[in-house]
Amino acid sequence: MAYDTTTWEVVIGLEVHCQLLTHSKIFSGAATAYGAAPNTQADGVTLGLPGVLPVLNKTALEYAVKFGLAIDAKIAERCVFARKHYFYPDLPKGYQISQYELPIVYEGHLDVELDGADGKQVKRIGITRAHMEEDAGKSLHEGYVGQSGIDLNRAGTPLIEIVSEPDIRSAAEAVAYLKKLHQLVVYLGVCDGNMQEGSFRCDANVSVRKRGETKFGTRTETKNVNSFRYVEKAIEFEIERQIDVIESGGRIVQETRLFDPGTGETRSMRTKEDANDYRYFPDPDLLPVVVTAADIERVRATMPELPEAKKARFIEQYQLPAYDAWVLTSEQALADYYEQVVRESKAEAKLCANWVITDLLGGLNKAGKSIAESPIDAIQLAGMIARIADKTISGKIAKDVFEAMMAGEGSADDIIQAKGLVQITDESAIVAVIDEIMAKNPAQLEQFRSGKDKLFGFFVGQVMKATQGKANPDAVNRLLKEKLSG
Amino acid sequence: MSLSPENVKQVAHLARLELADDQVGPIAEKLSNILAMVDQLSGANTQGVTPMAHPLDMHQRLRPDAVSEPDRREAFQAIAPEVDNGLYLVPKVIE
Amino acid sequence: MHTLSIKELSDGLRAKKFSSRELTEHFLKRIDAHDGQINSYITVTAERALKQADAADARLARDGAHLLTGIPLAQKDIFCTLGVRTSCASKMLDSFIAPYDATIVQKLHLDAGMVMLGKCNMDEFAMGSSNETSHYGAVKNPWDLERVPGGSSGGSVAAVAAGLAPVATATDTGGSIRQPASLTGLTGIKPTYGRVSRFGMIAFASSLDQAGVVARTAEDAAYVLQAMSGFDPLDSTSIERPVDDLVAGLGDSIKGLKIGLPKEYFADGLADGVRDKVMAAVKTLEGLGAVISEVSLPNSPLSVPTYYVVAPAEASSNLARFDGVRYGHRADGVKTLEQLYKRSRGEGFGAEVQRRIMVGTYVLSHGYYDAYYLQAQKVRKLIYEDFKRAFEGVDLLLGPTATDVAFRLGANADDPVAMYLNDIYTIAANLAGIPAMSVNCGFVDGLPVGLQLMGNFFSEAKLLNVAHQFQQATDFHRQTPAAFA
Repeated sequence: MAYDTTTWEVVIGLEVHCQLLTHSKIFSGAATAYGAAPNTQADGVTLGLPGVLPVLNKTALEYAVKFGLAIDAKIAERCVFARKHYFYPDLPKGYQISQYELPIVYEGHLDVELDGADGKQVKRIGITRAHMEEDAGKSLHEGYVGQSGIDLNRAGTPLIEIVSEPDIRSAAEAVAYLKKLHQLVVYLGVCDGNMQEGSFRCDANVSVRKRGETKFGTRTETKNVNSFRYVEKAIEFEIERQIDVIESGGRIVQETRLFDPGTGETRSMRTKEDANDYRYFPDPDLLPVVVTAADIERVRATMPELPEAKKARFIEQYQLPAYDAWVLTSEQALADYYEQVVRESKAEAKLCANWVITDLLGGLNKAGKSIAESPIDAIQLAGMIARIADKTISGKIAKDVFEAMMAGEGSADDIIQAKGLVQITDESAIVAVIDEIMAKNPAQLEQFRSGKDKLFGFFVGQVMKATQGKANPDAVNRLLKEKLSG
Repeated sequence: MSLSPENVKQVAHLARLELADDQVGPIAEKLSNILAMVDQLSGANTQGVTPMAHPLDMHQRLRPDAVSEPDRREAFQAIAPEVDNGLYLVPKVIE
Repeated sequence: MHTLSIKELSDGLRAKKFSSRELTEHFLKRIDAHDGQINSYITVTAERALKQADAADARLARDGAHLLTGIPLAQKDIFCTLGVRTSCASKMLDSFIAPYDATIVQKLHLDAGMVMLGKCNMDEFAMGSSNETSHYGAVKNPWDLERVPGGSSGGSVAAVAAGLAPVATATDTGGSIRQPASLTGLTGIKPTYGRVSRFGMIAFASSLDQAGVVARTAEDAAYVLQAMSGFDPLDSTSIERPVDDLVAGLGDSIKGLKIGLPKEYFADGLADGVRDKVMAAVKTLEGLGAVISEVSLPNSPLSVPTYYVVAPAEASSNLARFDGVRYGHRADGVKTLEQLYKRSRGEGFGAEVQRRIMVGTYVLSHGYYDAYYLQAQKVRKLIYEDFKRAFEGVDLLLGPTATDVAFRLGANADDPVAMYLNDIYTIAANLAGIPAMSVNCGFVDGLPVGLQLMGNFFSEAKLLNVAHQFQQATDFHRQTPAAFA
């Protein structure tokens, strides 16, 4: 941190727009798939044709409720859609259907783990509200001179806008909160979390004040910060900019700013003076949305195990260290993968965890692939670990088998077969090799027997070399000890 | 409530309506008359009355999350003022 | 053929006295001959009508024809009709060929097999009480070509009154079915809010808009309203409730029916001639066994100001979609986005529509919302409660539809507030959402006078029967303007 944290306190609130993973739009039966040809998913309702009317998507409502339950929020028994008016080409009706006075979800929170001076600390970030609304379309500027092209495929995609309390005190906290929120919505299956495609977008409200002051400073809202890294950069830039302004005797202007990923800076978009007068009022085409206790229970029954609970269970059920459990439960898909490996391999859970965390995640990371894109599926990895467990191969040989599997050379059994990697467990065969090596290295044998214990490793190495690493290491150790000591 | 020409210009801007300068005065007068009539509402005793947004005492019906609308871009864009490659064209959007 | 009732037309088609094609051609000829005088149609869809008529004749020859199959109808140009210009009488939509059918268009033409003669003139975006705000010129009242037919459904009523259509659709946001029906001597019904789908009906004020019918008789209106009504999953405000049989009860006696006369509807401002005709009608109904009493709707005087907050507010929002980007009028030669919006909308909307957009924008804007919009919503509740209380004591309410007979073209041209007061008796039913209708109850100086009936929610069948009984006992509804005999 480049600013003096003993003098300055930073106050951050985040607004996250999270696209809900429905098949159809929030108020019509048009598709929501990403990447379709322009305007091929813009039906009459999306286009705002004269005379068309909105009808609410049941799944969108259920996803909003599901999110509310996951952040321990209140779910409104009765919530209302309102129209938010402004003219913009990507907003077909001249208003966005959103929620204003009565949102579906309010007063929730998220517990975020932070690195503190004395290890991990948990901080609770309040979530003021999460309301349902429709997404806007996109304006495309490339390829036209003096004009823009409007694609309304995205318009009408269901969103929840998640508004945090101004509880966040640093860029690092903001990122930790966002990552936690991102993990949660993906876990819940209500959002695909794809930040490149805009499924999870963030606006940051930032202000600074001198420590000890009780009133908040004037805040700015920075838009278009669509990766964790950008959020951190944008907030850090904004903190330093604001402190500079104040320290050089200036005043912060309440305004909307835009983050430029190219320069890492934010610039003014519009000030409060020319802010819109949105003229909110209840949408007369839609009726109040009523969610009953029974509706909430139905949604609750579909709730998946959430990261915290899963982590605790992994520690308990698989006897894993906290770190392993944390890594393995960071993503639903990864946790599912791991559990399948344990189930299918019938091997020791910790052994499975080591392979998944160190080898699989390491390999995927190097290849830039996600768990879903892994060239080795859980059953294949389980097959390999089973061969370690039943001593067909050693752990060392398994590394080679794993590499071959990553390279797409087939299943563990195929590779072991093809490369002749089956472990030598026949003790008489190992003894024969030991005898041969002792005969070839009388000098070393002499030294060992006269007390140079370190040479034990030399003999192990020779045996492994002679067996191309296939000799069972336990057997080699034991038999060597017997033979060498005479 | 009477509207000044400035109020009228502001409202026309919010509503994105172009007004000729010589229209502003007459419009201000007509709108002021309408608002004066509407001002009768301020005399009504509405203490404790729940606002009524709608005549129906019903709640929102929900539709199943299914894709029911096919791509009709060609038909929809046949009535558009200006399109290119499936995009609606407008004067440049400046952010 | 143009004086026959819907029932007679239906019977005639079935008895092969005439074909749907002959019937359709008859009306098309009449439109051709007479509409130049009254300007009731914006678009006549002759070719399409004849195709529909041939299809109807084929359907009539088979089994499975609907009672309305083959009968011509005129559509108010506010309903989207696939492949046909749907202008809402606005320059904004002069080139708008609707890419889909409204639900009621589906029901009346595709399901019931009625023939669409064309699209009727109206006040621009249904904003007006005289049909003088149309981009396509004013409509004239067939009873006196110097006078207005009322609005906003002026084209629909003029066409039916002049015998240029047997029946027409219409819409009513603050009286736009009933007031023009009153001024042209027709029967017009606005059903309960939510009874007829709004899908495909270009919105003016969503919480008030409701489609209905104008016809010569209550019986004709009942047949057509029956076919238009019903639940529509595409409209969140559509009511999921079976439609009552509107025709079966038309013979029922009204003996003992309790009818209330709201005293506020007979106060100052009502023309004496109108009062006399309405009171004469009360006597007639009393003679049929109805029990008459006086009731009070104390908040009635607030209905016009309430309406002129709620309706413009919703309209300013509903009309924001007309921006020259995806359809509709776009100004030439615009360089910036702001010019595109301001010029397209400034050129595309007429003066009255712009006025209402500005009033609506103003009452919704920051700082005024509570004083205007929220207060209006509260008064709306008071008006609704007035009706609720009244219907605890009586079955129906009766009063005049309009303060006077049809006024002269241009009479209120420069005074919007005077024009708005035309709707003083009709607006409350829209605010409350209850069904209401207008029935011809006589003539003053050769101009029709309308009687308004208002009922509780879903009382359409009862209203239509009272109107029907009244028409059985009188012959006002049989009168036609001499020039269009």
